[in-house]
Amino acid sequence: MKKKFDFGPYLYILPAAIIIIVFRLIPIILSFIVSFYDWTITGPGKFIGFENYIMMFHDGEFWQSMLNTFYLVIFVVPISLVLSLVFANFLNGIEKLKSLFRSIYFIPTVTSMVAISIVWKIIFNQQTGLANFFLTKIGFDSMGWLAESRGVTDIFLSNLGINFSGFVQTLSSGIGMSYNTLYLLLGGPSLALFCIIIVTIWKGLGYNTIIYLAGLQNIPKVYYEAADIDGAGKIRQFFKITWQMISPTTFYVLMMTTIVTFQVFSQIYLMTGPPVGGPLGTTKVIVYFLFDKGFGESNNLSYASAIALVLFGIILTLTLFQKRLEKKVHY
Amino acid sequence: MKKSISYIILSVCGLFMIIPFIWMITTSVKSQLEVNKGNVGFLPIEQYSTYEEDGIIYRITPVKVDGDSTYIHIFDENMNRIRSYEKVATSNIVEKKEFKLHFENYKEAFTKVPFKRYFINTLFVSFSVVFGVLITGSLAAYAFATMRFKGRDFIFYLFISMMMVPQPVYLIPSYVLLNHMGWIDTYNALIIPWIANIFTIFLLRQQFKTIPDELFDAARIDGCGRFRTLWTLVLPLSKSVIVTAAIFGFIGSWNSFMWPLIMTDSPGLRVLQVGLSYFSQEASAQTSLLMAASTFSILPLVILFLFAQKQIIASFASSGLKG
Repeated sequence: MKKKFDFGPYLYILPAAIIIIVFRLIPIILSFIVSFYDWTITGPGKFIGFENYIMMFHDGEFWQSMLNTFYLVIFVVPISLVLSLVFANFLNGIEKLKSLFRSIYFIPTVTSMVAISIVWKIIFNQQTGLANFFLTKIGFDSMGWLAESRGVTDIFLSNLGINFSGFVQTLSSGIGMSYNTLYLLLGGPSLALFCIIIVTIWKGLGYNTIIYLAGLQNIPKVYYEAADIDGAGKIRQFFKITWQMISPTTFYVLMMTTIVTFQVFSQIYLMTGPPVGGPLGTTKVIVYFLFDKGFGESNNLSYASAIALVLFGIILTLTLFQKRLEKKVHY
Repeated sequence: MKKSISYIILSVCGLFMIIPFIWMITTSVKSQLEVNKGNVGFLPIEQYSTYEEDGIIYRITPVKVDGDSTYIHIFDENMNRIRSYEKVATSNIVEKKEFKLHFENYKEAFTKVPFKRYFINTLFVSFSVVFGVLITGSLAAYAFATMRFKGRDFIFYLFISMMMVPQPVYLIPSYVLLNHMGWIDTYNALIIPWIANIFTIFLLRQQFKTIPDELFDAARIDGCGRFRTLWTLVLPLSKSVIVTAAIFGFIGSWNSFMWPLIMTDSPGLRVLQVGLSYFSQEASAQTSLLMAASTFSILPLVILFLFAQKQIIASFASSGLKG
């Protein structure tokens, strides 16, 4: 007797499958298609091939947004990683007040980016902000913070009395590159973007610390006991045992922080400007750029889709690269 | 000795983590006048000059000093100017410092824009999403974990691979799709796309797989059908993971911003985060009101966090150990 086909399992996955297919799979496929057209909010347009991608390549705003996003990632990821590992180590070493500290570090993680951005925007306010309040208390001049478009390298060197912009001027005429491009590359992130970096690190630190703490607690105590007997110091133990044993967690933290930082949006939308992304476009990141292209004045949904896909390509490449590296490092 | 270094470093950094919140609260109970005067420290202390006349103390502002006397403006208790350019003896003017909390800022911020409506919208959306995610998630995870069927692994890994795709990629086509369905600017747009969550399915599947086969066999021998087994055996054994999934769902939904910002337009549909964002543009100069609004909008989650602290931290920690 032939067994009857069992529909049961399909019925169980059906509700989730419908939602995921309609609102995830189809939009993902659609985004590839849309990126080859010139759609706007009013409706479908005509097929234009790779034109959106070519346009992106020649779009100075796109490259600046990319550079800003890279600055953000390059600063946020390593600093957050090191700080959270240090905190987790200290937390792992204490008994009393451990859960209090853990909670304090973790609160920014559960609070909304919107409220946090509003608070930090006021902290960095030139006249009524806390940052300048502290700065002037310890005898420095107040700074422009979110209104400051100069790069951090420029600000730092100028304070040492070095004429950075003059140097860039000479160099740009020497190598035949435009002053602005060279300034953006050598000047580093603007002070405004640096404020965003601080907030982004602050927001994600608690999560990374908790992940590291969980990783540290999984390292068997016997390794440290053996090292103690062999007379290895604490710092040597950290690099020879902890750092090696924790590397899967490090890869996870590295990957998650990178992915999240590439997609920063709310802090930019709420803290910078007007216009958002200012001053002088130095805080415009890639997700805000595509949001602006898709839902701003030009309403170019196709161009926005193409930008989103390039972002996805970058994230995917980095993730695969990190996975390969992880395989090499693991024994 | 070594311990005390740990405590010092943890405290200093802990202070840096918590100071924005402390300052948010202290600024939220200051008068805007004080903030604008540049009194931006932590203590809500007000400084002002007073002048006493016939046993009544008036608030005044000095205008010009002229020898032993000073020209002043005199105000009543509502800070309305009642007399201008009065000439009084300087020695009669007293500088005062007063510790004063302006809790009325909270009421003003809450009623200035319909925050009540925003809270109700957010609660409605968040609870609907969590409810939906748990139902669709447990049904699907149950099938993936305990049943054999054609295409099971393919479908499962297809779902998992979609988890990698960042939101900006599907945001724009989702807008086009929802627009086509006529769902833009409705609750549907905020709820329906989110009532199934791949991560929840993954989380629950991992948990369901740990339940020993013997228990399923026993249930089958007792004549339990598939659904009854899920309801009476699997779910009760998975309480803590279900709570974890609910917490993730709730926090994610409560804090989501970009999606509702794009998918809704009318003020009546604003969720808390979107409402707060508009409020921050409208009242950008009123720092103390903004701080009050920020405070009450993060309060529900902070309270939830303080109550379920252990569970929440354990949930987030476990999300990193899936490897």
